[in-house]
Amino acid sequence: MKNPKRMQLWSPTRYLAFVLTAFLLGFSLAVFAAPVSVADDRGVTVVFDQAPQRIVSLLPSITESVCALGKCSALVGVDRFSNWPKSIQELPKLGGMGDINIERIVQLKPDVVLLEKASPVIARLNGLGIKTFALDVKSMNDERRALQKLDVVLGTSESARVWNQIEKEIMRASKQLPSKEKNISVYFEVNPAPFAAGGTSFIGEILTQLNLVNIIPESLGPFPKMNPEFVVQAKPDVILLTESTAVDIQKRPGWNSIPAVHKKRICAFTGDQNDVLVRPGPRMGEAALLISQCVQEKMSSSR
Amino acid sequence: MQKNYFLGKVSGLLILSALLVLLGTLLGSMGASWNISAADQTVLFDIRLPRSLGAYLAGALLGLAGGIAQSLFRNPLADPYLLGSASGALLGVGSILCFAYLGNAWLEIIGLNGGAFLGALMGVLASLLLAGGYSNSLRLLLSGVVISVILGAANSLFTFIRPDLFQSIQSFMLGNTSLLNWPGVTIMIIALALCLVITLLISPVLDALSLGENTARTLGLPLDQLRLIFIGILALATGCAVAQTGLVAFVGLAAPHLVRKFSGGRQRIQLLFSCLGGGILLLSSDLLARTLFAPIEIPVGVVTAVLGGLYLLILLRRTPLGVRS
Repeated sequence: MKNPKRMQLWSPTRYLAFVLTAFLLGFSLAVFAAPVSVADDRGVTVVFDQAPQRIVSLLPSITESVCALGKCSALVGVDRFSNWPKSIQELPKLGGMGDINIERIVQLKPDVVLLEKASPVIARLNGLGIKTFALDVKSMNDERRALQKLDVVLGTSESARVWNQIEKEIMRASKQLPSKEKNISVYFEVNPAPFAAGGTSFIGEILTQLNLVNIIPESLGPFPKMNPEFVVQAKPDVILLTESTAVDIQKRPGWNSIPAVHKKRICAFTGDQNDVLVRPGPRMGEAALLISQCVQEKMSSSR
Repeated sequence: MQKNYFLGKVSGLLILSALLVLLGTLLGSMGASWNISAADQTVLFDIRLPRSLGAYLAGALLGLAGGIAQSLFRNPLADPYLLGSASGALLGVGSILCFAYLGNAWLEIIGLNGGAFLGALMGVLASLLLAGGYSNSLRLLLSGVVISVILGAANSLFTFIRPDLFQSIQSFMLGNTSLLNWPGVTIMIIALALCLVITLLISPVLDALSLGENTARTLGLPLDQLRLIFIGILALATGCAVAQTGLVAFVGLAAPHLVRKFSGGRQRIQLLFSCLGGGILLLSSDLLARTLFAPIEIPVGVVTAVLGGLYLLILLRRTPLGVRS
């Protein structure tokens, strides 16, 4: 005995409709699953339908972070100062701080432009319909957060590995300094004006992690312009600065009385080394190694 | 009687200056230290004393230059940076920062201070050349403006090519008294003595000029030659000050106004007082700049601009625009 009703239920039309619904449902599910929305450091939520395939980065430390996460190949353009890793050197350079080449960026049709929070081109790019993702990296924690956010944006899952690598290198750098060398007081000059690296800057944080005593108190903020007399009175054991200012530091009034100066414990970093030191990016571990290596060298050679 | 008043005023200003210098050696990055014998001798005599003296001398040079500029161009808004010296000095500093780094031995010998000095002189010379001489004040002023704009643009190009120099150049633009040393002080003492003596000797011509150019000519004075000497002093004084402290704003403009009331209209006394007033203004600004948020420093140019600006504002409110009288 056949049940006519059941026959009707599984008629070819019904079957087709079922398959079609299932297909549509599955497709729309796929569509709904892919978009990710991430809040950038301005607090603006940026929605990505799929992981961006064409990326422009307008800050060297962000460029380095993108590459560290393994998305170097997705970069289609960078700012003039981005110079690491070597593989990005062939990419179009889109200008520097005050002269970002908007036209060129539009021509490159990027899926997202990664830039600094205070960048003046954000509004212009948004007006032209280009997605921007702003980051604000000043401390080590900022960089950790930036790596995590970039992971979500780029659809990668490398941030934990990159961060562990940084921490491991800092640990190694810290171990390199023998215990008798600990609690050495240091002065890190960012700029001959003189601006110093304060305790709350990422450089200051690295110094702290190396158990070096920064003569600049934490309360003075990240990069204070110091009274040079303060440095003379603080008598740092080692001074860290760039090659170009290392010569005239001896000519500064009274600076010959600083132990670091008359014992020649001055770490003068080259331009390339300086790039590593002053960028709050994935090479912070390398920066820590540079610092600990030089401090150890200077301390042992002057004894 | 007049003479006694003059002596009284001069000694008053000098005593104030000496007190400020003394205060300058006591106030340090850690606040005041009244116990001189206990303090570090290097700190006192190699850092604070040359810094205080240097700030005073630079202010005096700028005050003198400002006084000369205002009398020479008969314009109360004239300042020592008028004839392209400021942008020239800036360009000098910019080029040294830019090219000495590339390893040019000559530029390293000249150094930042030398670069600023040469640049300032070059700016003034360029203005003179553009004006086709020094006999027409208005032409000279206008060419000073033109040269300033052109050299300023060249300097912007430097900061554009090498943005890492931006902060160093900016600290020069805002004035920087923190790295003054004994050689700098010595140079400024010599320059100030030279400029002051010549100025006081030939200042009567400014009295004549204040009656108008044509009247001055009828008095039979060698007007053009004397004017050239004044321009020379203006350039030398400004160049020396700028080379040591950077472009401190407003001192040269405000100092002559600060002392105008005391001088009673005579140019010789006015210039001398401008000189002392400039020194006092810059040194007190330096004291504020280094103590307000110690051990962080505020750029000294910010303080001079606020102090001098406030004073001029009060002056403007009190007197109807006849500042020159």
